[in-house]
Amino acid sequence: MLDYATLRVIWWALLGTLLIGFAIMDGFDFGVAGLLKVLGRDNEERLVLLEGIEPTWEGNQVWFILAGGATFAAWPMLYAVSFSGMYLAIALVLLAFILRPVGFNFRGKIHDPRWASLWDWILTGSGFVVMLVAGVAFGNLFLGVPFQFDGDLRMSWHGGFFELLHPFALLCGLVSLSMLLAHGACWAGLKADHVIAARAVRIARWMTLLYAVLYVLAGVWVAYGLPGYAIAGPVVTDGASNPLYKQVAVGGSWFASYMQYPWFWSAPLLALVSAVGVQALIGRRSVAGFIASSLMVGSTIASAGFALFPFLLPSSLDPRSSLTVWDASSSHGTLQLMLIVTAVLLPIVMIYTSWVYRVMRGRVTLEQVRKAHGGGY
Amino acid sequence: MIIDTDVVTLSRLQFALTALYHFLFVPLTLGLVWMLAIMESVYVMTGREVWKRMVQFWGVLFGINFAMGVATGVTMEFQFGMNWAYYSHYVGDVFGAPLAIEGMMAFFLEATLVGVFFMGWDRISRIKHLLVTWFLALGTSLSALWILIANAWMQHPVGAAFNPQTMRMEVTSFSEVFFNPVAQDKFVHTVSAGYVMGAMFVLSISAWYLLRGRNVDFAKRSMTVAASFGLAAALSVVVLGDASGYTVSLNQKMKMASIEAMWHTEPAPASFTLFGIPDVQQRTTHFAVKIPWVMGLIGTHSIDETMPGIAELVDAAKGRIGNGIQAYDAMLMLRQDKDNAQAKATLAAHDQDLGYALLLKKYVDDPRQATPADIQQAADSTIPNVSVLFWAFRIMVGCGFYFIALFAFSFWKASTRQLDSQRWYLRLALWSLPLPWVAIELGWIVAEYGRQPWAIEGVLPTALGVSSVSAGQVLTSLGGFVLFYTALAIVDVMLMRKFIRKGPDGLGIWPSIDPSTATGH
Repeated sequence: MLDYATLRVIWWALLGTLLIGFAIMDGFDFGVAGLLKVLGRDNEERLVLLEGIEPTWEGNQVWFILAGGATFAAWPMLYAVSFSGMYLAIALVLLAFILRPVGFNFRGKIHDPRWASLWDWILTGSGFVVMLVAGVAFGNLFLGVPFQFDGDLRMSWHGGFFELLHPFALLCGLVSLSMLLAHGACWAGLKADHVIAARAVRIARWMTLLYAVLYVLAGVWVAYGLPGYAIAGPVVTDGASNPLYKQVAVGGSWFASYMQYPWFWSAPLLALVSAVGVQALIGRRSVAGFIASSLMVGSTIASAGFALFPFLLPSSLDPRSSLTVWDASSSHGTLQLMLIVTAVLLPIVMIYTSWVYRVMRGRVTLEQVRKAHGGGY
Repeated sequence: MIIDTDVVTLSRLQFALTALYHFLFVPLTLGLVWMLAIMESVYVMTGREVWKRMVQFWGVLFGINFAMGVATGVTMEFQFGMNWAYYSHYVGDVFGAPLAIEGMMAFFLEATLVGVFFMGWDRISRIKHLLVTWFLALGTSLSALWILIANAWMQHPVGAAFNPQTMRMEVTSFSEVFFNPVAQDKFVHTVSAGYVMGAMFVLSISAWYLLRGRNVDFAKRSMTVAASFGLAAALSVVVLGDASGYTVSLNQKMKMASIEAMWHTEPAPASFTLFGIPDVQQRTTHFAVKIPWVMGLIGTHSIDETMPGIAELVDAAKGRIGNGIQAYDAMLMLRQDKDNAQAKATLAAHDQDLGYALLLKKYVDDPRQATPADIQQAADSTIPNVSVLFWAFRIMVGCGFYFIALFAFSFWKASTRQLDSQRWYLRLALWSLPLPWVAIELGWIVAEYGRQPWAIEGVLPTALGVSSVSAGQVLTSLGGFVLFYTALAIVDVMLMRKFIRKGPDGLGIWPSIDPSTATGH
């Protein structure tokens, strides 16, 4: 049996993996949905874009469901505090997630331009909501959020929806938005008819540039404008999961963990190198361009997770209540069992997912869409 | 901290509405997908084109329903964290695991394959497509298995113990959680109910085509599949419902007594109240029509074991509240000094009853200060809503027996090739369409409303499980759900009607249905 501290670090890494899996796999679905009206100038072009994501978006979305379920199982406090604390923001995301499955399925079921257009707007809107709120939520992790525990470990939250909209958090929202729009455009460059793909390449270039500028800006803000959190006193890595057993000091730097573990720098570095890679590759080799944008998405999330380590959710109201890797996990036995289950099942998931992508491979062309839909919606 | 009762009421209302709504779609998915698998198997074995068309036509309806199930399922997973944060903290160590495994083992499978099911007809071989459909069906049933393992733990929390340092329940044995006897009975009972629903859906709509004289061959074949599948499922749902009743009477005696409106312990074997008007105030059942012995047989599978009545169970609860207060006191002492040996011993002796002390939190901040009146009130609060359970159970069981009769008759008609010989039969089959929904929603009410006042039976009262959100926030989300879910329901019904009316004959627009292209593959 692995020791408790090691399992906690593994589950921290797995949580990151699931979030990155979600951002890469479902991120391009959101990006394409967000660009639906820009890249697709008429119904046929939009059908090309939608059919490029339709066979696989549903499986991709399970990365998010699984990230939620795994957080519930491995980090129950993180799940409880974040979902209840950011109540209305989460409700907004939930609404987006409710409308997507029905949107994809219902859009083509009635042949009427107004009906199709309604669902196009709904899919676009739900894409924007998720991309923005995800970034804003991540930004708030660096700012700390206003919650505290009482002796029963019942959490109370002292703030509302609008408190989440701090300028830094909004900047993070824009980083997320530009990053995933670029990623979505890279997918369209790979999957859509050449007419649309050419448009997508231009958008991917601009969005990647915007992303890189905003990402560096956010990094500078974190370095010079935001106080970091650190565990004060002895760090107990294998104690009971009770946040109130520790003390926390505020005022250091979020880059402290980068100084402690210099290999953490590889993440932001890779993010920027990948952004350059997207610029260089997307026009000529669309598969390589998409791989570059996937790396960009993954390493951006990793760089944020590294900076926060060992914190998962810092509390600005009562820093002692902050959730960290060492005191917000499930019990030793649960982490152990869930690791075994994940080690067995996740590779199987990846195998059949790859098979599905292989079956559904190839560009969706305008000609195909015209033939299949015959001018319908 | 005092719990805001408005937040509790609104959160419960929201959970019940969203769960009942989700449960309109999931059982149909569960049942319909196996019918698709059967039809496609016949297609692959016989090579007859009509069977492929059947898969594709019923597949369209399946797809609309599947999308609704997925959309409303996300809500369920979000909602534990959003509205039941203390619940999530208190039992996440146990309850989260089956949910996460459901995602990895089942939902991933169905969600990934559903796209190939619809869009892969021309991209993979017949055999491969058939395998996709079978795995899709397997995924949906596995999904139900893990969700019901989680749910069964709420009804019968085995394999876990309270940890005073982390203030939550933690797993002591995963095999007990996963092989919970309640989970096994619930799983078979619930998926069988879904299979009945799927069979009824196909049976009723096919009957409508036969009444109109449309798609006759198509409808007769569909009805034959539905009749055989439905008969097996209806028998299973009632037999396993009985097993489920037996495990309830072992583990949730109060729920059983309330379903029966059994106010006092009767000499064994207890009689079954077929009909009556339960009177909660007087604690009696008026106009009771009783069948001797039956309840004792159902509840204990014996003739000499007694089943406790409500009054006796309330007395027992009072005793457990007393023990629970001692456990609560020990827990607070351990919070000050985690090595206090005496407190450890007290908690170990009474931690099974700690939840009963938490029932008092509704009336006093500190359960140790509770007056005898508070304790009486808390003990009385362990009685669920007797009238609702009494009637919900009886209507559900009545539907179950009706399904056996209808499917047995349909099976006979299909076997003797006279499905369309009598119009009254077709009308009966058509108008029976809503009944599985009635039975299934009532089944949810018996199981979950009957669990009240507990979120986790005997461990965590529902009222304590809520988040520290404001009533206004919950009201906002509740209003949003009512609005969006109503709109979606309207669109769903509209699309279902549209495609049913069009029928397989009207949907010739599908190139793969066109006979000229369909034979080759």
